[in-house]
Amino acid sequence: MNPDNYLFLSALLFTIGAFGVLIRRNAIVVFMCVELMLNAVNLTLVTFSRMHGDLTGQVIAFFTMVVAAAEVVVGLAIIVSVFRTRRSASVDDANLLKY
Amino acid sequence: MESLIWLVPGLPLFGAAILLLGGKRTNAWGHLLGCLAALGSFALAAGLFFTMLGKHGAARSMHQHLYSWVPVPGTGQHPFQADVAFQLDQLSVVFILLITGVGSLIHIYSIGYMSHDPERRKFFSYLNLFLAAMLILVLADNYLLLYVGWEGVGLASYLLIGFWQAKPSAAAAAKKAFVVNRVGDVGLSIAIMLMFVTFGSFNFGTVFGTAGGASKGTLTAIGIMLLLAACGKSAQFPLQSWLGDAMEGPTPVSALIHAATMVTAGVYLIVRSHAIFDLSPTARLLVTIVGAITLLFGAIVGCAKDDIKKSLAGSTMSQIGYMILAAGLGPIGYAFAIMHLVTHGFFKAGLFLGAGSVMHGMDDEVNMRHYGGLRKYMPITFGTFFLGYLAIIGCPPFSGFYSKDKIIEAAFSKGGTSGWILGGAALLGALITAFYMTRMVIMTFFGEKRWVPDAEGHEPHPHESPLSMGLPMLLLAVGSVAAGFLFSMNSAFVNWLEPVTGPRAEGKLPGGLNSTTLSIITLAAVAVGVAIAVVKYGTGKVPAVAPRGSFITVAARKDLYGDAFNEAALMRPGQYLTRTLVYTDNRGVDGAINGLAALVGGTSGRLRRLQTGFVRSYALSMFGGAAALVAAILFAKL
Repeated sequence: MNPDNYLFLSALLFTIGAFGVLIRRNAIVVFMCVELMLNAVNLTLVTFSRMHGDLTGQVIAFFTMVVAAAEVVVGLAIIVSVFRTRRSASVDDANLLKY
Repeated sequence: MESLIWLVPGLPLFGAAILLLGGKRTNAWGHLLGCLAALGSFALAAGLFFTMLGKHGAARSMHQHLYSWVPVPGTGQHPFQADVAFQLDQLSVVFILLITGVGSLIHIYSIGYMSHDPERRKFFSYLNLFLAAMLILVLADNYLLLYVGWEGVGLASYLLIGFWQAKPSAAAAAKKAFVVNRVGDVGLSIAIMLMFVTFGSFNFGTVFGTAGGASKGTLTAIGIMLLLAACGKSAQFPLQSWLGDAMEGPTPVSALIHAATMVTAGVYLIVRSHAIFDLSPTARLLVTIVGAITLLFGAIVGCAKDDIKKSLAGSTMSQIGYMILAAGLGPIGYAFAIMHLVTHGFFKAGLFLGAGSVMHGMDDEVNMRHYGGLRKYMPITFGTFFLGYLAIIGCPPFSGFYSKDKIIEAAFSKGGTSGWILGGAALLGALITAFYMTRMVIMTFFGEKRWVPDAEGHEPHPHESPLSMGLPMLLLAVGSVAAGFLFSMNSAFVNWLEPVTGPRAEGKLPGGLNSTTLSIITLAAVAVGVAIAVVKYGTGKVPAVAPRGSFITVAARKDLYGDAFNEAALMRPGQYLTRTLVYTDNRGVDGAINGLAALVGGTSGRLRRLQTGFVRSYALSMFGGAAALVAAILFAKL
């Protein structure tokens, strides 16, 4: 199979994730879109690793997953605690830190 | 005796310290301690004088070194050495006798005069301080210590002129005296600095001994600066304006300032520094010009004032002008300047105390137009005042005749055109003096009663003052009568001062004058002055409200526009300058800084709006940035 298709898929996934972050209001969905972007990048890394016959890209993909796991833990905790205090998971409601 | 010199200024200084530090506890006996300190100082001065009489020649000059004040061991060109050391020679002994003698009498007089004042103790402490400062001034053996006394006199005069500081006019007068004196003080400090640079020392001995080695320009500069200092302290033109306002102080203070302390300091300074003036004819000429202008200025002002004390103040200015003129004449005049200073000390103190006594009896009325006919009610005051009057107009054989006549003669014998001008000014001054003093005596003691009831409708009840006030007046009157005659006997005074002021040069009178004809001319001028005053004030009624008068009278009432000139030439431009500076500062400097700050603030206020707090907008900018970055990399690669 042509590895280019993986790259197209990855670009598609990244674009969906980016649009999701920009246009969705629900914090959980925004969060999931961020994950989607991360995994799209992972896919790219692995694909290029395969194309070049070099394992470095796959190693980096593992690092990304570990970091993403840690980030999910912290991020979800924040979202849950914001929801508990404000009874809302909308990112537009959490806009106190501004001018 | 020599080791006791320090006690002469020391006693009044201790007196002042005890009275000031002791506070209210000393209220009961403070005035007595003040008098005792002054009298003790006088006794010491007299003792020193007799010790001096017992010696001869150079041994008469005594010296006491108290301690090294600022010793800086010499590494540079001029090792700095300032000592607290006193020098008592023939000149300073005259001064300490005058200061402590007249000062003591004024102290005694003040017991009665200030008896109703709750702050009498404070008054005496200031009087003592005044005496101490003046004594330090005349006893110092170097210019730096003299400067200490000089400033002390300025401080004490400030405190005393503003003694009734609750009155705004008194507070303003005190400030004025202090500020005007400050101008003169700057002159003295510059003169001292110049001396240190030129001679490397402040000591009288070193400065006068090496004065011949300095350049003419330096000596003239020092002389002019010393003259400026003398103008400030002695109220000479153009720094005369404070003297009239200084009458706001209690009358004994006026007597003290005008007779024994303060205004005589300038004359002392010039005569003491004669070694410098001897070598600089330019500086001497300036001194005579200042003296001549002031003696006419003061006399004209004295003619127009209705306030008895202000009229006397004008008279002091004029008489000090005579002394400065004599001092400026050089070796022919130094001794006469000091002689006139001493005789003036007697009669002017007497006149002021007499004026104070009249005011005391007339409920503090000072306007002579509201006096009149007082000679029957105050015989002692009248008698002593009249003797002082005869002395000041130069009626023989009273003291003013001997001293003033000699000054007029010395002015004429200066020679040349300047001699004629200066002599003429002195002669004219004598005429005007006779006029205004006669006017004062007639308006106060003769004629009809023009008494005015005070604000509550009480008629004044003039009465003779108590003995504590009468006795000093009597003693001073004796001085006004006899001093001149005693001093002139065998030229005693001139010979006494000769070791200090140098051998007296005999001037030659010009134009066929000799001293007898000149005396007659002077007496004729005095008689004319008296006659004009008698015709003008003695024969007719004196109006209770001052008539408008000629333009000279109007000008003289306003001190010949001295204050107006100071205001227009110095105060207003200064005010405009500061206002312009403040405006420039507010609008220019502050404007630029504030504008810049507003610009930065405004810009950042608008930029701040970018921080919306919405996650999506931050995310968008991040994406935009990342996209731009990628685009840039791709663009660069391709």
